[in-house]
Amino acid sequence: MATTPTDAPKPKVNRIGLQVIDYRGGKTTLCAGCGHNAISERIIDAMYEMGIKPEGVAKFSGIGCSSKTPAYFMNRSHSFNSVHGRMPSVATGALMANKRLLGIGVTGDGDTVSIGAGQFVHLMRRNLPIIYVIEDNGCYGLTKGQFSATADLGSTLKSGVINDLPPVDTCMLAIQLGATMVGRSFSGDKKQLHAMLKAALAHKGTVMLDVISPCVTFNDHEGSTKSYKYVLEHEERLHEVDFVPSFENISVEYDPGTAFDVTMHDGSRLRLRKLEEDYNPTDKIQAMTRLMEAHVNGEVLTGVFYINSKAPNFLDMLNITDQPLATLPESVVRPSREVLEKCMEELR
Amino acid sequence: MATIDVVPQESSGHLGRKRVVNDMSIQVATVNGSGSQSSNSVLLRSIFQMGVPVSGKNLFPSNIAGLPTWFTIRANKDGYIARKKEIDLLIAMNAETAQDDVKSLAPGASVLYDEPLALDRVRDDLVFYSVPYDKLVAPVCPEAKLRKLVKNMIYVGVAAHLLDIDMNEVEKALRRQFAKKVKAANLNLAAVKAGYDYAASNLIKRDPFVIARMDKTQGKIIIDGNSAAALGCMFAGCTVVTWYPITPSSSLVETLIEYMKEHRIGPDGKATFAIVQAEDELAAVGMVIGAAWAGARSMTATAGPGISLMAEFTGLAYYVEIPAVIWDIQRVGPSTGLPTRTSQGDVLFTAFLGHGDTKHILLFPSSPEECFTLAHDAFDLAEQFQTPVFVMSDLDLGMNNWMTDPFTYPDKPINRGKVLTKEDLEKVGNFARYKDIDGDGIPYRTLPGTDHPAAAYFARGSGHNEKGQYSERPDDFERNLERINKKFETARSFVPRPEVVSAGKSKIGIIAFGTTHWAITECRDQLRNEHKLETDYLRLKSYPFTHEVHDFIEQHDRLYVVEQNRDGQMATLLKLDIKPELTPRLRSICHIHGLPIDARSVTDELMMMESE
Repeated sequence: MATTPTDAPKPKVNRIGLQVIDYRGGKTTLCAGCGHNAISERIIDAMYEMGIKPEGVAKFSGIGCSSKTPAYFMNRSHSFNSVHGRMPSVATGALMANKRLLGIGVTGDGDTVSIGAGQFVHLMRRNLPIIYVIEDNGCYGLTKGQFSATADLGSTLKSGVINDLPPVDTCMLAIQLGATMVGRSFSGDKKQLHAMLKAALAHKGTVMLDVISPCVTFNDHEGSTKSYKYVLEHEERLHEVDFVPSFENISVEYDPGTAFDVTMHDGSRLRLRKLEEDYNPTDKIQAMTRLMEAHVNGEVLTGVFYINSKAPNFLDMLNITDQPLATLPESVVRPSREVLEKCMEELR
Repeated sequence: MATIDVVPQESSGHLGRKRVVNDMSIQVATVNGSGSQSSNSVLLRSIFQMGVPVSGKNLFPSNIAGLPTWFTIRANKDGYIARKKEIDLLIAMNAETAQDDVKSLAPGASVLYDEPLALDRVRDDLVFYSVPYDKLVAPVCPEAKLRKLVKNMIYVGVAAHLLDIDMNEVEKALRRQFAKKVKAANLNLAAVKAGYDYAASNLIKRDPFVIARMDKTQGKIIIDGNSAAALGCMFAGCTVVTWYPITPSSSLVETLIEYMKEHRIGPDGKATFAIVQAEDELAAVGMVIGAAWAGARSMTATAGPGISLMAEFTGLAYYVEIPAVIWDIQRVGPSTGLPTRTSQGDVLFTAFLGHGDTKHILLFPSSPEECFTLAHDAFDLAEQFQTPVFVMSDLDLGMNNWMTDPFTYPDKPINRGKVLTKEDLEKVGNFARYKDIDGDGIPYRTLPGTDHPAAAYFARGSGHNEKGQYSERPDDFERNLERINKKFETARSFVPRPEVVSAGKSKIGIIAFGTTHWAITECRDQLRNEHKLETDYLRLKSYPFTHEVHDFIEQHDRLYVVEQNRDGQMATLLKLDIKPELTPRLRSICHIHGLPIDARSVTDELMMMESE
């Protein structure tokens, strides 16, 4: 940014002239230290840095602690806090009505994997352009700490109750079902989550991010596999995630053997610097195998597991006219008198 | 003219009986999946083309193929198109049900049957015509596997001869039915002719029923209510349609898809609509609400089981104040019930669908024409009042063929309701989503994507204040819910008015709605002609009830509320709305057997109640 000699320093603005404060929301009412608050901060940073216009964003959520968070970021964006487990259908409808909106959905592990499993599955299948963030803490916070369906086998509640049912891996589900960018991160991993969210904003298709986000009140104790301590001790990064937006003409030299470069829809680049030999994030089978191995090994595997920048998205498939359906004028949406007469003639 | 006034005699031919012209009901008993639908359509259209008012009702099973199905055609010179209780001509093609079908006829009816069934042995008070279908079909249809389908065309020819239907009209109807399939048309026409020729040389007319040319169908069209609704939605400017297949609503959306593909693709080759088959009714209505929140005119179509699943989202839309148009093509409940039979059983459940204090605008079409016009009203009301609107059709209306006047082009411009644009916001500066500015209870809304920093609001199903902010304050909650109620009161002046037929003399009023209307028009004539009883009539078109409904109840001593459910649901809804001292005036006449209500049953029950 060029500076001009004035009395007061100009506030820092992004490429569309907005300050970070323009991306802020209301004050959080979640517990101090809740992982969800960190995720809201990362969303604000990513939106600001990518220069996304807040008025063009629509936020969606279901019910639960995580689903409250859209009130805590981006007040200048419309938001719809819907019903438990049904955010995908509301988001699908809204994005069909106005395909220019940038949709971000925030949900939890209960909202997605239990009551919302049906809608989650079909959202992934459609590859609707949306960023779908699961703030995953393995428990129900608002109802005081019951297990959710992402709780790991053997994980315990504070009361000592042991979870004896296997967890649902949302990333494996999403990859199998057709989401075109799938990854897992950790609310405490600022750099990785930040880069993944920025890449998500450049992707045109369903982005499914499962973000482990410890519940400090009900699920951060010894014996929990979704605690800060457990995740820090067991996190395995698949690669280092870097993101270079299309509007930053930075060319970084790299050795093709050490990084995997993905060109995004808008020309941005997602660079995955290899920590594991030969991992190819465009290979579904390898992704599934690696996630299976992580379960067997008790690792919390993070990174971009799968990406496909070429698959058609749902709105493309619907072949909707360029202007949003929501605001098409009467002259376009009501066929002529002659059309009605023709229809009547066919029925005589 | 419901009963035959002369006892027929097997041997004396029709000369012994008065000719009955253009007043009969024909029932075709077949198995589903046998192609009889084409035959029945040809027969129905032939009568229609002869200028005789006609209606067709399909009583079909919830099954793909092999179960009994009955198609009833009623031709009536006076224009009565409700189901007639008595059958005058049975075309018995289904061996499984033939005996029972014959046993259920009134004396004097006639039966056209497949020779091997030997139905003439079952009763001796009917007129029987036997036809050797298998012998007739073989020469016209060399391909053995097609014979099962072609066989059904033979009865069209036999019936045409017996009823004196012009063969030119039959051919015209048949060619229309097989419009693009010339080969199939020729094959079927040969079968019709084989039946006609057989009847001409072998059957002696011994029943009184004939069709004679009239001019009462000039300019009219034949259409089912679901197709009419589809047309209505297209011309109402609908842009987002979501659905989950369920009988009897599926054909509404399937027809809409066809119409939209033909008439709503822009010059750029792109669609001015989006239609999505959802994973269930929860998602279908969720998409409708999401789309409407973002500004689309959106709708779904379903039936009772779908309505049950939509309760959660409908309550949300009521409280968050989002438009939605939901077509309920009612079928018989509770539970899965009778999926292929008709009812008006969702009235109460839908009126209050959702937990907490919830109530919804309902519209009640009684004809395909009203399916067309109320579609427009539904979208306008939904957007004007920012609330779900249910259009309460039923299987009888939705899936059966009705004769009707052609639809007239909508003269009202589309009403998108109170939506603030960027330009509006620049003038007013800011806005509060749930504030009653105009005193009618209806707040202003903005659409996502509106390019103004003050446009955004937070839509939530949890307690909120005028600005849409989370609030658990008792005064905020109460004020908001009362304002939503005020909207509902405002709606009383905007919903479609009832149709009132009153000479101002009778103390007896009949109240009905939807397809029950057609039995009532005939029933009132029966009451007048047979019992010298004059009645007034009010046909409801909407809920909340308008002042005309209250006036009508005030003006009559006894009011018969006729409906197709067990519990008198509309009567209950009326009782909740009128002065308590008037409630004893309401009496219920209810029908729940799943077949469209007929006039005779209502007349008989009403007279019985009058005599008590």
